[in-house]
Amino acid sequence: MTLALSGHASFAVVHHLAAPWRYPFMRHALVAGTAVAVMSALVGWFVVVRQEAYAAHSLAMVAFPGATVAASLGIAPVLGYFGFAVAGAGVIAAVGSGPTSRTHQGHSAAVATVQVTALALGLLIASLSQGFLANTTSFLFGSFLGISATEAALLVVVAAAVVVALAALGRPLLFASVEPSAAGGAGVPVGAVRLAFLVLVAVAVAATSQFTGVLLVFSLLVTPPAIAQALTCRPAVSMATGVAVSMALVWAGLGAAFYTDRPAGFWIASLGFAAYVVVRAGSALRAVTIRRRRGRPCPSP
Amino acid sequence: MTSDDDAVRLTDVSVRRGERTVWAHLSVTIEPGEFVAVVGPNGAGKSTLLELLLGLLEPSSGQVEVLGGRAADARSDVSWLPQRRSFDASLRLRGVDIVRLGLDGARWGTPVPFVGRQRRRDAQARVAEAIESVGATSYADRPVGAVSGGEQQRLLIAQALVRRPRLLLLDEPLESLDLPSQRAVSSLIAGVCRRGITVVMVAHDVNPILGYLDRLVYVAAGRALAGRPLDVVTSENLTHLYGTAVDVFHTSDGRLIVAGVPEAASFHGHP
Repeated sequence: MTLALSGHASFAVVHHLAAPWRYPFMRHALVAGTAVAVMSALVGWFVVVRQEAYAAHSLAMVAFPGATVAASLGIAPVLGYFGFAVAGAGVIAAVGSGPTSRTHQGHSAAVATVQVTALALGLLIASLSQGFLANTTSFLFGSFLGISATEAALLVVVAAAVVVALAALGRPLLFASVEPSAAGGAGVPVGAVRLAFLVLVAVAVAATSQFTGVLLVFSLLVTPPAIAQALTCRPAVSMATGVAVSMALVWAGLGAAFYTDRPAGFWIASLGFAAYVVVRAGSALRAVTIRRRRGRPCPSP
Repeated sequence: MTSDDDAVRLTDVSVRRGERTVWAHLSVTIEPGEFVAVVGPNGAGKSTLLELLLGLLEPSSGQVEVLGGRAADARSDVSWLPQRRSFDASLRLRGVDIVRLGLDGARWGTPVPFVGRQRRRDAQARVAEAIESVGATSYADRPVGAVSGGEQQRLLIAQALVRRPRLLLLDEPLESLDLPSQRAVSSLIAGVCRRGITVVMVAHDVNPILGYLDRLVYVAAGRALAGRPLDVVTSENLTHLYGTAVDVFHTSDGRLIVAGVPEAASFHGHP
């Protein structure tokens, strides 16, 4: 991408920063990216608390053959993503009994087997459909800048629906995540809550995949909430922080991609990684100093 | 005394799981504010008794009455602390958040910021009161995974108390605690009973709590036995129940000590 340079320095800065907005594809990417950032940070907050990153990863893998099937049938890949991911959520809910269960290990072996088969199936379908392999990279690593106005609108609607549904699950989901038995005893339908949550993860993963590709989903689903939870252990504050971090990563990533012509996925993932390293180092340092002066218990940023 | 005044009344209760009789012919009456322990070997059906009191399980014969009615109808007045391992060290929630789950964790939805201030303030006051009552105030704001096992157990008891139950069911709350924490948590639970709350607690070692107990239920090998500690805890009874030699000692200050119970020192889980 080349940019026309203007005379005055101050004008040049404004001109540079405003440049992305003049391109419709950048506007679509920013709108879709912002919606996806909010949704995935909130869904991902629970993924991190439940330690179900592996299930989320598997749902992304399962979405891949969905996209290739849809594309080879001439349907919109987005429908394939959603259909396969949601079906995958059902399968994962059926084979496993959730976080901190005793069968967790056997469960992850079963999920791994299903997941890798799904990925292989996607590869087969991609190789069967002539001339389609060129698209495979964008399914895997995202097509941040190839989002149409319709797709952007769809992602905004999906993100809003997921956030509303997540808020409705809210407290029982948190309860079932940290203390499944006690939650069950207090009347929370733990199995149904888990299935509902996995479906939300599937939808979030499928939507985020439109943007980041199935392999880079975690850059928005796990990294921002992990950063937020390292910063604070107040639930409301850490959810808000996760959303802020996620949005900042998307904007910075898209901006960096625009100016450097390197993939946005690379920027989002590696900026997130850098922030994560800084935050973890910071909290390790803080743990040392707090121990030294027996200071504040749980600081919020 | 009519049955309406009893916290729990079991009349000739037997429990089956499939073809197997877990235990049979248990009769016991528990009065409000009593501290009752359920003791017995692995897999003898100690937790089964709690499930019965929660209404999660129906007896195969006999009658179960909880707080003067059916167990399932008493649920709102009963708190249950299931057997658990400790919180994961990486869990980034505060003790106060864990306690709060006991108050409205089962209610759908999420509190919206800046809406319903009064209600939120009431909830916070109740949570703070429950935390204060178990002496956990000083560490309730720390990440729950970072506090000790004994402190986690106190927070969980606060979580069970925040609903203001009349009956508190505890499943092995002393498991995997060190001895000082076992003593501290035992005395805390005894204090809960003095506030009029009935406590039924599953334990694998009766010694730390024996001094506080009003009543004991022993379950072993399909049999069950209930009564006052001094009547039930005898070498003869326990030897018969466990099928191996068990000694009961009386110390000079009037305390009982049980020795030789096969699994007393072992670590175990539940089905």
